[in-house]
Amino acid sequence: MTLLHLAILSPLLMALIVPLFYKVAKNVHTGWFVLILPVLLFSYFIQFLSRTSKGETITATAEWMPSFGINFTAYVDGLSLLFALLITGIGSLVVLYSIYYLDKHKESLHNFYVYLLLFMGAMLGVVLSDNLLVMYTFWELTSISSFLLIAYWYHRERSRYGAQKSMLITVFGGLSMLGGIVLLGIMGDTFSIRELLAQQDILVSHALFIPALLLILLGAFTKSAQFPFHIWLPDAMEAPTPVSAYLHSATMVKAGIYLVARMTPIFSESSLWIWLVGGIGLLTLMWGSFNAVKQTDLKGILAFSTISQLGLIMSLLGVGAAARFYDYNQYYVAATVAAIFHLVNHATFKGTLFMVVGIVDHETGTRDIRKLGGLMSMMPITATIALIGSFSMAGLPPFNGFLSKEMFFTGMIRVIEMDIFNLSTWGILFPIIAWVASIFTFIYSMILFFKTFTGKYQPEKLDKEAHEAPFGMLLSPIILASLVVIFGFFPNLLSQSIIKPAVEAIVPAIKESSTLKVNIYFWHGFTPELFMTFGVILLGTLLYVYSSKWTPIYSKIPEKLSFNTVYDHGLISMERGAFSLTRRYMTGFIRTYLVYIFTFFIGILSFTMISQGAFTIDTSELAPISVYEVVLAVILVLGTVTILFAKSRLTAIIALGSVGYSVALFFVLFKAPDLALTQLVIETVSVALFLLCFYHLPRLSRHEERTSFKFGNLLISAAVGVLVTLISIASHSQKMFPSISEYYVENSYKLAGGKNMVNVILVDFRGFDTMFEICVLAIAALGIFAMIRLRLTRRSEG
Amino acid sequence: MINSIVIVALGIISISMLLLIYRVVKGPSVPDRVVALDALGINLVGVVALISIVFNSFAFLEVILLIGILAFIGTIAFAKFLEKGVIIERDRDA
Repeated sequence: MTLLHLAILSPLLMALIVPLFYKVAKNVHTGWFVLILPVLLFSYFIQFLSRTSKGETITATAEWMPSFGINFTAYVDGLSLLFALLITGIGSLVVLYSIYYLDKHKESLHNFYVYLLLFMGAMLGVVLSDNLLVMYTFWELTSISSFLLIAYWYHRERSRYGAQKSMLITVFGGLSMLGGIVLLGIMGDTFSIRELLAQQDILVSHALFIPALLLILLGAFTKSAQFPFHIWLPDAMEAPTPVSAYLHSATMVKAGIYLVARMTPIFSESSLWIWLVGGIGLLTLMWGSFNAVKQTDLKGILAFSTISQLGLIMSLLGVGAAARFYDYNQYYVAATVAAIFHLVNHATFKGTLFMVVGIVDHETGTRDIRKLGGLMSMMPITATIALIGSFSMAGLPPFNGFLSKEMFFTGMIRVIEMDIFNLSTWGILFPIIAWVASIFTFIYSMILFFKTFTGKYQPEKLDKEAHEAPFGMLLSPIILASLVVIFGFFPNLLSQSIIKPAVEAIVPAIKESSTLKVNIYFWHGFTPELFMTFGVILLGTLLYVYSSKWTPIYSKIPEKLSFNTVYDHGLISMERGAFSLTRRYMTGFIRTYLVYIFTFFIGILSFTMISQGAFTIDTSELAPISVYEVVLAVILVLGTVTILFAKSRLTAIIALGSVGYSVALFFVLFKAPDLALTQLVIETVSVALFLLCFYHLPRLSRHEERTSFKFGNLLISAAVGVLVTLISIASHSQKMFPSISEYYVENSYKLAGGKNMVNVILVDFRGFDTMFEICVLAIAALGIFAMIRLRLTRRSEG
Repeated sequence: MINSIVIVALGIISISMLLLIYRVVKGPSVPDRVVALDALGINLVGVVALISIVFNSFAFLEVILLIGILAFIGTIAFAKFLEKGVIIERDRDA
C-alpha cells in the first residue's frame, strides 16, 4: 500500500465520511468539504508529469489475492496520467459547480457526493490499474455509481428509466469485457496489461484472439456509447447537470476510449480491430451528429454531440492503429496524436457546454430551445462562455476544436493512401463521412448557441425571469472556457508534457523507432484539410440559415426505426416471452413435471448406456429357477396388473396389499426371515393407512372410474420399465469385483458376538445408517402429529 | 418321501387359497370377504410352514406366529369397523 494506492482509494474512503459532514455541519454546503479532495489529488497527479514526460513509468503493487495472481498494481504512464488529470481536474470543477447548482436544503447532498466520490474513485481505479481484473472491478463500480447518479432524482419516472437503461447496457458490455479479459488471461497466463503486451506476438496467433478482441470491444463500445449502444446516453441526461457534465461527457464515456487505447498495442495486428474501431467510430460520428440536429432539448443536443465526438476519437484510434503496418511512420501516427488531443479538447469544451446548459436551465427554468432565445443581453458572461464552447465544438479558429478537427481531417485523408485490408478501395469513404459529419457538427453547434442566446426573448414562455447566474456557478465554466482558448492559442503546452507520453503508451514501439514530433500549429499552408474546413463552414452556414427548408426530413423518418424502439420492444418482448415460456411449461400439475423428470431420466440414461455400449447380457452366473418362484411371480404380476386396471380404489388397495404379501413370501423363498417379518407388519400397517385415506375421501369427488388411459403415459412408463430392466441385467452381467459379504460371514460372531448377521450389520458394522433411519421415523411421526394437531387448532380457532 | 408329501400339501393349500380368493372377489357381502381374507391368512401360515420344511430351517417360525397375530388383529379391526363404523373410539371426555 503506497501513497499512489491511497490516492486512488481516497475518494472511496472519503465517501464513507461524507454523510458525517452532512449531518454535523448542516449550515455549510457539503460540497466544500468534498472539493478539497479532487483538488489535492489533482495537484498530486500533476507532479508525475515531469516523470512521464521523460518516458518514465511508475508502478506500485499492493497484494490483494496473490494466490490467484490478482494484485492491485497501480501503473502510471502517459495515457493513464492524462486520464487521471482529466478525472481529478474536471472533478474539482464539477464539485465546485455543483455547490452552486444544488440547493443545500432541498437536495439530499450526502447521497449526491457519496455517489460522486464513489464514481471518482472507481474511475481513477480503471485508468490506473495494471491488472485487468482489478480494472474490471473498478469498471463495474463506475457502472453502479453512474446508475445511482442518473437516478439521483429517483421520484421521477424518466430518471429511473434512464438509470435502468444505462445500467442494463453498460453492465452487458462490462460482462462481455470480463469474458474478453478471462480469454486474455488464458492466452497469456497473466492479467497484467504490461506482461500481456510483452507477449503480443504469441497472443496474435492464438485461437482465442478474435473472440477476446470482439468481447473487449463490446465492453468498450457500450461504455463509450458507440453505435448502436449509444441509446443509453441521451436518456442518462435525466441526471443532475453536474453529473452529465462529469460522467457523460468528460470521464465515464471515455473509459471505453481508454480501454481501446490501452489495448491497441495488443490487438492492432488484426484487420478486424482497425475496421471495427475505425468503422464503428465513423458510423457513430455520423449518426450522432445527424441526430443531434433534430433535438429540441439542450441536453439532448449535447448528448448526441457527445456520442458523435466519442465516435470521432474512436475512429482516429482505429486509423492510428494502422500505423503499425507502416513502420510507425510519423505520418500515420498523427491520427493517434489527434485522438489524444481531441480527447482533451472534448473534455474541456463539452464540460463547459454542459455547465452553460445547466446555468440556462437554472436561471430560466427550461432547456427547450423552442422557448429560449435572446438571452445574450441578460446573461452576457454565460453567452460568451457558450460561444467559446460551441465554436470550439464546431471546429472554428481560434479555439482548440479547430486544431483537433484539422488533425482529424489529416488522419482521415491519409486512410486513402493506405493499401492494407481493402482500405485502398473503401478507404475513400473515411474522409467523406468525416466531412459530412463535420457539417452536421457545425450546424448543431450553431443551433446550440444562436437559438439560445440570440433571436427574440420570450419571457412569457419561461418559468422565471432570466438573469445572470451567480459568480460561483460561472467560475468552473470560465476556467474550462479559458482552457479552451489557452489550448487553442498555445497547443504546444500540452504536446510535450501530456500528449507525447500518452501517444507513446498507445504506440509503444514509437519510442525506439523514431522521434515523435507532436508540435501542433494553426497554419499548415494551403492543405486539403484547410479547404475541407472552409467547405464545412460554408455549407454549414448555408444549411443552418436555410434550416427550416430541410429539417422537415427528420419528421419523415419514422420514429419506429430508432434503436430506442428496438430496445424498448426487445425488453418488453423478452419479458413477455419469458413469461409465456414459464407459463407454458410450469403448468402447476405434478403429472406434467413427472413427465419431464421421467423423460429426462430416460433420455440421459439411454444416451449414456448406448454411447458407452454398456448393454450386455451374460447368463453364466444365473441361478436355476424353481417352481415356487414361478408361481409366486405369476401372482405378483397378476396383482400388479389388477392395480392398473382396477375400476375402484378399494380393489387397487387390496391388490397392492396382495403384492406386498407376495413380496414377503419372496423374502421367505429367498431366505430372508427378518425382511419377511418386517415386510408383513409394514404392509399391514400401510394397507390400513390406505384404507383410512380411502375412507376419508370427500364424497362429492368420489367417482370410481378407470384410470384414464393416455398413450404418452403408457409410452413413458413402458420405457422406464424396459430401461431399468435392461440396466439391471447389464449391471448383473458385468460384476467386476467379488462381494465383500464374505467378511461379514466370517466376522459377525468372531468380532461382534452375534449369530444373526443381518442384525449385526444393522446395529454393529453399519450402525450409523440405522441411527439416522430411526431419526427419519421420528421425524415422520412428529410431522404427522404436527400436521394433525395444527390443523385441528386452526379449525377450532376459525 | 416327506418331500413329495409336502409338495402335494402345498398344491392342496394353493387350490384352497384360489377358492378363497374367488370368495374375496365375488363375495356378495363385506363379512363374506373378511372371513375369506382371514382364512387366506391362516392358509398362508400353512404355506410358510411347508416351505420351512422344504428349506429344513427354523428361521421362519416367527413369520408363522406373526401372520397368525396379524390375521387375528385385522379380522377384529374389520369386525369392529363393521359394527361401529370406527376402529379406535375417541375418548368421550375430549
